[in-house]
Amino acid sequence: MIELLPPGAILILGGLLVPLLPGRLKPWAGVALPVLGFIHLLALDKGFVRTLVVFGYELTPVRIDGLSLVFGYVFFIAAILGGIYGLHVRDNVQLAAALTYVGSAIGGVFAGDLITLFIYWELTAVTSVFLVWAGRTKRAARAGMRYLVIQVGSGVILLAGVILHFVDGGSLEFGKLIGADGRLGSAGIGVLLIFIAFGIKCAFPLLHNWLQDAYPESTVTGTVYLSIFTTKLAVYALARGFPGTGILIVIGAVMTAFPIFFAVIENDLRRVLTYSLNNQLGFMVVGIGIGTQLAINGTAAYAFANIIFEGLLFMAMGAVLLRTGTCLGSELGGLYKTMPRTAALCIVGAASISAFPFLSGFVTKPLILDETASGHHVVIYLMLLFASAGVFHHSGIKIPYFAFFAHDSGKRVKEAPGHMLFAMAVMAVMCIGIGVYPEILYRVLPYPMEYHAYTTTHVITQYQLLLFSALAFVFLQKTGLYPPELRSVNLDFDWTYRKALPALVRGSVSLGRVAVGAILVPTRSLVDRVLRLVYQLHGPEGVFARTWTTGSIAFWAVVVLCGYLLYFLAR
Amino acid sequence: MEGLWALISDDLPALQIAVPLLAATLCVLIRRPTAAWAVAMVVAWSSFANAGVLLHRVLTTGTISYVEGGWPVPWGIELRIDLLNALVLLVVTGICAIVLLAAPRSIDAEIPRDKQYLFYAVYLLCMTGLAGMTVTGDAFNIFVFLEISSLSSYALVSQGRTPRALTAAIQYLVMGTIGGTFILLGIGMLYMVTGTLNIVDLANQLALVGPNRTVMVAAACIAMGVGIKLAVFPLHIWLPNAYTYAPAIVTAFIAATSTKVAYYVLVRFAFSIFRINQTFDGAHSSAIAMMLGIAAMFAGSLVAIYQDDVKRMLAYSSVAQIGYMILGLSFANEYGLTGGLVHLFNHAIMKCGLFLVLACVLLRMGSTRLSAFAGLGRRMPLTFAAFVLGGLSLVGVPLTVGFVSKWYLVLGALEAGLWPVAVLILLSSILALVYIWRVVEVGYFKAPPEGADAITEAPFSMLLPTWILIGSTLVFGVWTSLSVGVASAAARMLIGGGS
Repeated sequence: MIELLPPGAILILGGLLVPLLPGRLKPWAGVALPVLGFIHLLALDKGFVRTLVVFGYELTPVRIDGLSLVFGYVFFIAAILGGIYGLHVRDNVQLAAALTYVGSAIGGVFAGDLITLFIYWELTAVTSVFLVWAGRTKRAARAGMRYLVIQVGSGVILLAGVILHFVDGGSLEFGKLIGADGRLGSAGIGVLLIFIAFGIKCAFPLLHNWLQDAYPESTVTGTVYLSIFTTKLAVYALARGFPGTGILIVIGAVMTAFPIFFAVIENDLRRVLTYSLNNQLGFMVVGIGIGTQLAINGTAAYAFANIIFEGLLFMAMGAVLLRTGTCLGSELGGLYKTMPRTAALCIVGAASISAFPFLSGFVTKPLILDETASGHHVVIYLMLLFASAGVFHHSGIKIPYFAFFAHDSGKRVKEAPGHMLFAMAVMAVMCIGIGVYPEILYRVLPYPMEYHAYTTTHVITQYQLLLFSALAFVFLQKTGLYPPELRSVNLDFDWTYRKALPALVRGSVSLGRVAVGAILVPTRSLVDRVLRLVYQLHGPEGVFARTWTTGSIAFWAVVVLCGYLLYFLAR
Repeated sequence: MEGLWALISDDLPALQIAVPLLAATLCVLIRRPTAAWAVAMVVAWSSFANAGVLLHRVLTTGTISYVEGGWPVPWGIELRIDLLNALVLLVVTGICAIVLLAAPRSIDAEIPRDKQYLFYAVYLLCMTGLAGMTVTGDAFNIFVFLEISSLSSYALVSQGRTPRALTAAIQYLVMGTIGGTFILLGIGMLYMVTGTLNIVDLANQLALVGPNRTVMVAAACIAMGVGIKLAVFPLHIWLPNAYTYAPAIVTAFIAATSTKVAYYVLVRFAFSIFRINQTFDGAHSSAIAMMLGIAAMFAGSLVAIYQDDVKRMLAYSSVAQIGYMILGLSFANEYGLTGGLVHLFNHAIMKCGLFLVLACVLLRMGSTRLSAFAGLGRRMPLTFAAFVLGGLSLVGVPLTVGFVSKWYLVLGALEAGLWPVAVLILLSSILALVYIWRVVEVGYFKAPPEGADAITEAPFSMLLPTWILIGSTLVFGVWTSLSVGVASAAARMLIGGGS
């Protein structure tokens, strides 16, 4: 009986029933349902496949294999911890949305065909938008609407791609979609559309703005959930459908590099983390682009580790937001005095994302970096190294430094609530556990491998990277090149760079305004004019909505008849 | 029992017409509303069961040919049931039966008690006409039954509470008569050319004659005439008023049956008689239908967005949905026609369910204007949940029937090599989302006006049929071996040129 349910169904169905529970039990459903779901998943064997004939097509709602299991495991772990973290929430909307959203993402991971994938793809969009709206501000409402349009749009593109792919004679099975040559150019238009749909959800450069736009508008717990599932589902989908697609290496490298500049100048610390999320996804995308077994393993492992440490960082910032009511770097500082535990846990997360030895980032990232180096992508490799240093700066130093140290803001708030500390502590322990015993994680990866993270080269390279970055930071701090007044604006290696970048950004902003003036305003007035025309024709008094006289209908009948006659007789 | 079954078993096709016709007169003689309702219920549900048996028989033993009065075909009148009309018959009788469940409570509020027996009599007459059009194998009889169903539906529409129901019915009558006249004209020309009225025979004779000028004029007349009955844009203008001002039950009944049977007639003429995909030069012959279908999709949905009365909004949405069906037909390929026929099935279920929701709202709130929906999500949760699910079907969300229809229509467009049309289908779905969302927003997020009367959920007798239909939209959204199975087999048969 139990194996009839697809993984994730318990969460979706249970999530819908949450509003019926008595108030005090509600948040516990957020923990209990993922635990049940996880037990359910563990009861299913690897290699389990269930097919179902739905409107004449054989679909595969459940397929359990190595790749889907890694993502399934970490999704459930994150969902359980997210539930514990959110035990203070009593809001029906947030709880139901979070559970159905997590359930849909998990369902998507185990989808064995493209139609099922599409259904879960849209479900994640529709359920997650309620997490954005749960912010209950005007900004959240608007950001949520934009987010919904883009996410549903991605689903529509996916569906269009699936249909075209199917009509071209492709299979509905969700397997490798890209050809053996790994070139998008030789793929069909359907596959191309699927690629774009995945790319939107994975926040490819230029398709990424929804992420920074919507995620920080959500609630304390909402942002934690959002940061984990949507983009990782997209990473999974890319890893399944497009391993070894050359263009992904370039896209991924750009993804790792460009958010650094934005992250450095951003003041809202949760938004800094969304940029860092972009950068982290870049590493995974590069791994998929390389596409070797080791690289795919690296991507899966890094996604696993990233969900834990990035989640930890989002949780820490959420705790800060809960206690102080703000996440603006310029408003915070000195919180370590009253939130020492949160600060310590945040530092573990920050060190993990920076890939300090004996933490999870260190044992997973080199899988991707090594494959990049051995695949002779020298430029890409250097970009990734640069991005790694950048990560250390904006996530490893900036986040904990501005929130908990830096200039004392004078805020003396309470320590984070116990359940939040517990969730964060489990995550921190996992970061360390994976860092010390990486074999545990390596064993669940899709492909068997023998890998040693703790080689002399790795450790020394990494220490060089980290220590020199830290040295640069300390040097700049001590020499006063980081004046505390400017701390909300920027934090980076080089002071020229610090001066040049805002100017560059300011320049591009004003250039953007000009572009907006030149393109958007006429477009907008055109759109307005079209809408007005539509209203004139179709509005309550419009020609199409009015009750015509019988005579005029008869006239149209004659017109149609004549149209047919002319058409038939003319030939 | 065995003996009775043996007696009627061969005559089931004829009973489909004869029983409701006689029962209609019985209703007039009884004159008591409850008894008349009971008669109608028995007849409608047994017709539904009968249709099920007939469909089963067609699926197992092939086309049924029933010769009336023992006169041999093609001189005598034949009732001919194949995959295509067996499915349509099932839909029509099923809707008739389910809607009747809700009728007593709903019409109590709209039709005086002493006239209710007439309502049931006319209802059964209308059903006779619709079933007759569906099962007959004779082109002239299609016209005869069309007139029976039309005349009775004018009478049904005119029962509405406001005087505008009368003008709407008159306009419907005038337009319907024009349409009927042109259909008759077309059939007359076909008779002139071939000397026969039997559909199978007509098709065979026409294949020998070839598409000469008279045949083409006949085709144009029939396309236009049926177009009026089917409410193809821009011949749809009778529809919004008729649907809006008719009693709520009548709207639910007519919206789900009348246009569907008209669509069946169009398909029958186009593919069984004229064989447009073979005789005329393939897909090109349906270019006009395609343009009208696309125009309907957009014009109907856009007008629906701006409507203030939800009943009228759904009426315009019907115009758009008819556009989808026409579009499916116009592709003249297997997927497209499957899409059109599946949408006939699916749209009947979802639109009937939605109009029954409006009947519930009208009963409790006294109005179907958008303002009456404020806070309805909390005041009538079951009714409003039904609206939301039906609305999702209309938009075409996966796991609902609407998705299945659109899937086949898009496949049909792509098979015909018309991918821009496929894009238009998906775009117009977004318009449906807009007009449904307007109602959902008011229902869930707007508080009811201050000091509004406390209202209760709709009565069980109306919720039951509503949820049967709305539940079906979900069931047939996943399990499609009945709808898609039969529709695609019928489409294959029609495209292959058989009857």
